[in-house]
Amino acid sequence: MSTMEVSDDTQQPDTQQPDTEPPVIETRGLGRRFGPVVALQDVDVQLHAGEVNCVVGDNGAGKSVFIKMLCGMLGASSGDVLLDGAPIAFTSPRQARSFGIVAVYQDLAIVPLMSLWRNFFMGAEPVRGWGIFQRFDVPYAKQTMKAELDKLGVDLGDPDRAAYTMSGGERQALAIARALYYGARVLILDEPTSALGVRQSGAVLRLIRRVAQRGTCVILVTPKPQHAFWVGDRFLVFKRGRLQEDLRSEDLTLESLSYLMAGGGEVDELQSVITESVTG
Amino acid sequence: MLRDQLAPFTPNREWTRNLVLRPELGSLVAAALLFIFFSIASSGAMFEIPTIARILDTAWPYGIIAVAVGLLMISGEFDLSAGVMVGTAGALLGVMATEWGMNLWLALVLSLGICLALGLWNGVLVVWTGLPSFVITLGTFFGLRGANVALSKYFTGDALIENIDEASGYDALHAIVATVFGTAPSDFRVSLLWWGGFIVIATWILWRTKIGNWIFATGGDREAARAVGVPVNGTKIGLFMLTAGAAWFVGVSNAVRYTSVQAGQGVGAEFFYIIAAVVGGCRMAGGYGSAVGPAIGALIWGIAFIGIPQAGWNSDWRWAFLGVLLLVATLINHIVGERVRVQRSS
Ligand SMILES: Nc1ncnc2c1ncn2[C@@H]1O[C@H](COP(=O)(O)OP(=O)(O)OP(=O)(O)O)[C@@H](O)[C@H]1O
Ligand SMILES: [Mg+2]
Repeated sequence: MSTMEVSDDTQQPDTQQPDTEPPVIETRGLGRRFGPVVALQDVDVQLHAGEVNCVVGDNGAGKSVFIKMLCGMLGASSGDVLLDGAPIAFTSPRQARSFGIVAVYQDLAIVPLMSLWRNFFMGAEPVRGWGIFQRFDVPYAKQTMKAELDKLGVDLGDPDRAAYTMSGGERQALAIARALYYGARVLILDEPTSALGVRQSGAVLRLIRRVAQRGTCVILVTPKPQHAFWVGDRFLVFKRGRLQEDLRSEDLTLESLSYLMAGGGEVDELQSVITESVTG
Repeated sequence: MLRDQLAPFTPNREWTRNLVLRPELGSLVAAALLFIFFSIASSGAMFEIPTIARILDTAWPYGIIAVAVGLLMISGEFDLSAGVMVGTAGALLGVMATEWGMNLWLALVLSLGICLALGLWNGVLVVWTGLPSFVITLGTFFGLRGANVALSKYFTGDALIENIDEASGYDALHAIVATVFGTAPSDFRVSLLWWGGFIVIATWILWRTKIGNWIFATGGDREAARAVGVPVNGTKIGLFMLTAGAAWFVGVSNAVRYTSVQAGQGVGAEFFYIIAAVVGGCRMAGGYGSAVGPAIGALIWGIAFIGIPQAGWNSDWRWAFLGVLLLVATLINHIVGERVRVQRSS
């Protein structure tokens, strides 16, 4: 029933040929260790504009470490992150943001007692006038926020209401719209639907598809196979700190994805090890 | 389009929204009710011009500083040294003008510089150490409380500095900060205009500049604000300096007005500013409030201060009143906070 609800917005089959165009963001031999613990190693992956990339895997597989390294929250122990083919060195999320890599986290950087438009422009307020007459351009701020939300098909209602009156889904929508407005080319989302009900999850997933259709490279971590399957173009399956599988949606069914995400890969591996030892 | 799925909560009750957008509303109602109450209790004496003049004259010194303390509170910090800073400013001006024979205008600028430096000290220390501003400014409070009197005695031999009106530049300065309109007891000081101007500017800053947005964001959720590039530390330091500047203004105004300075003045007043801000609807935890609210809070104090003896009651009831006022205001603050928490998690 839940899948019926979310899939009414037609999921377009992929028409573009992502492999022919250069990747937006790329990792080469990316690895990270914490003392003796190898959290991530040898991750080589090329991600393209206009696609939703789902990062999936077991607990402790390295998903969070991977996206934290992409958005500047963690430095790499080895390897590189490349943007448009050039290696970039960043040491903070703010620097990553200036490169157009934005992570939208669960707390979403929304201040509950401030109005929607104040939140939208927080830290980047549009101003008019000079010197001491310089002022926050409120009409422009409200119009611009509405226009940005309209582009994504989101209507949050009265821009003057306080942010705490928003639902979890609306909060996600505002944070995502804001990230895009500030020029996000790579949008990283960590479990955006974890706290949402079915209807709101559906709306947020549709929003994510729309964001990708508008040419953004989306990297999404989600533990829910249905959500990943519905929204994803590509699936990066992590396992014990390695990129184990890199699959496209055409190559998968919901069943096979669920199987993979439920640790099914482990069963296969076990099987292959047994087979190997029998044949070898 | 996506609205149906995204929005389970529609703010259908307008008053809910207004409560958020108009934090000073409660204090305005309270001020009006109190005024009416004391008018009845004093058989109409409250409505006489001399009484109103006395109410305003009681309120403005608290009001000017309370506005700054209110903005600071919205950004999530307290300043317990704002009261003694009034004494510091007055004593500095007095010593420079009387003992050192300095021109009052020069003394004015120098004392402002020193007060702003003390505000900077408060702000930088809070930001660097990450300790509660309550503790940091309490340290400054005791430091200044001692220094004000000790240094006055050292330089002038007394904690009372007199004859400021003999300094050069006095008349012009008096005209600017202490002119009287009307004749006693129906006299109004020019200080009220300064107070009004300060409220207008603070309101403008808070609602219509990017700095205002930073103040709300800093107090509302510091980490969120920092994450999107709000200069959280700069905002706080600036507001500590603003508070020190407001205290300076009151200190020098009083020094010029009374031509003498009690170096020990201002002790205890720091709580009045905080109470005025809280009564005026500023949230103690930060992120919410206005500039008008603290001014109304100070006005409420003026009404009670004058109204209680007018009604024929013992003046000592003022303190009891202040206590009740604080408790009620904090309770309302708390209820608003709870409401926010409940709706956030929904
Ligand atoms: N700050 C850290 N210090 C030490 N070890 C860490 C740190 N962060 C992650 N690790 C280790 O790195 C490995 C990968 O962790 P990561 O958080 O990326 O897992 P995950 O795939 O996000 O798991 P989950 O599904 O539970 O969120 C784990 O073994 C974890 O213990
Ligand atoms: Mg994780």
